[in-house]
Amino acid sequence: MEEEIRLTNLAKCAGCGAKVGAGTLARLLEGLRVHHDPNLLVGFDKSDDASVYRISDELALVQTVDFFPPIADDPYLFGQIAAANALSDVYAMGGEPRLALNIMAVPASMPQSAVHELLRGGYDKVYEAGALITGGHTILDDEPKYGLSVTGFVHPDRVLKNSGARPGDVLLLTKPLGIGVLMTAKKAEMLSDEGEQFAYRMMTTLNKAARDAMVRYEVHACTDVTGFGLLGHLTEMAQGSDVHITLRVDEISLPEEAVSFAEMGLIPEGMYRNRQFAEPYVDPGETALAKQDLLYDPQTSGGLLMAVAPGDADALLDELAAVVPCAQRIGTVEAPRDGVRISLR
Amino acid sequence: MVDARGYACPMPVIMVQKEVKKTNPQTLEVLVDNACSMENVTRFGRSQGYAVTVELQNSDYKLTLTK
Repeated sequence: MEEEIRLTNLAKCAGCGAKVGAGTLARLLEGLRVHHDPNLLVGFDKSDDASVYRISDELALVQTVDFFPPIADDPYLFGQIAAANALSDVYAMGGEPRLALNIMAVPASMPQSAVHELLRGGYDKVYEAGALITGGHTILDDEPKYGLSVTGFVHPDRVLKNSGARPGDVLLLTKPLGIGVLMTAKKAEMLSDEGEQFAYRMMTTLNKAARDAMVRYEVHACTDVTGFGLLGHLTEMAQGSDVHITLRVDEISLPEEAVSFAEMGLIPEGMYRNRQFAEPYVDPGETALAKQDLLYDPQTSGGLLMAVAPGDADALLDELAAVVPCAQRIGTVEAPRDGVRISLR
Repeated sequence: MVDARGYACPMPVIMVQKEVKKTNPQTLEVLVDNACSMENVTRFGRSQGYAVTVELQNSDYKLTLTK
């Protein structure tokens, strides 16, 4: 029965959990020649979400690519999640996606109808974003993979890097955490139907509304929370901005089911990679281990994490609350301290 | 004894959970071959009220869960 294929059984790691760790990535890029160009506004040297290249004083190009193995058995759902995740990197730079190219690997045994559904998921999500899929490239591989290279535009003076946070800024986050743990529990066949629907709803939600609200306020830095987990991405933000960050753990939305799964060790391998990378910079305080684990949990198609000028934080939070899955004020940015970059309180 | 070598997460936790449910052992030895499974089984054991010790044996981890 060709229709009974379970996509996630063909995947070694789920979604962004398959991402190579931040520390490993930095070593792989080390020593590569960096070409300078005055129009290159963001390159790979700052661990940002996308490259940004100035075309004119009014226009800059945003380019990014993201793909991963199946995180859902339903190919249409997987296509939507992979597309929402790839588009998110453009939103995280403050940009608007315009064009996208498919990147796909499929096993020879995968039914054509499933491949078609996967692509339909991608097309529908990209259309929802107001962009176009204009082509792509497909190869044969034992493990299916899907994602997009996305091109967008942003005003060159309004590029939101992950490294612009300033002392006094307020940190806002637009989706809950715990997706990696929930998907691991799903692999263990222990996730409730509600938990599964919740996770898929979060992952298929575009960060478009969050971006559209954010660009009308004074936001100093932004990134999307994906494979490196909240603390991995925050470490990069704190290092790149040379600031210290205090997180109020009780203000961060951690689904109850995810906390109990983390307590019982249903944790993806990527969490341990993220912990290894960021732990030296984090003072966990009295935070329970399971909650710490969720702060390192790799997210797929996670929310936008913004460092907002204190005077604008309340108004932006109010506006976000009406349009994103879970608007939260999670911490504050402070002057750098010796030793740690992030304190959990 | 649960031999979960050769299995990736979350399988080792599921195998240990099955054994604990079935026999409710006072002590249980678990073999795993990767750090992620070692950490996850340790967390599982503690959540069920076991004390957990870990020994490195060649490239494998031997965990001992004790009530």
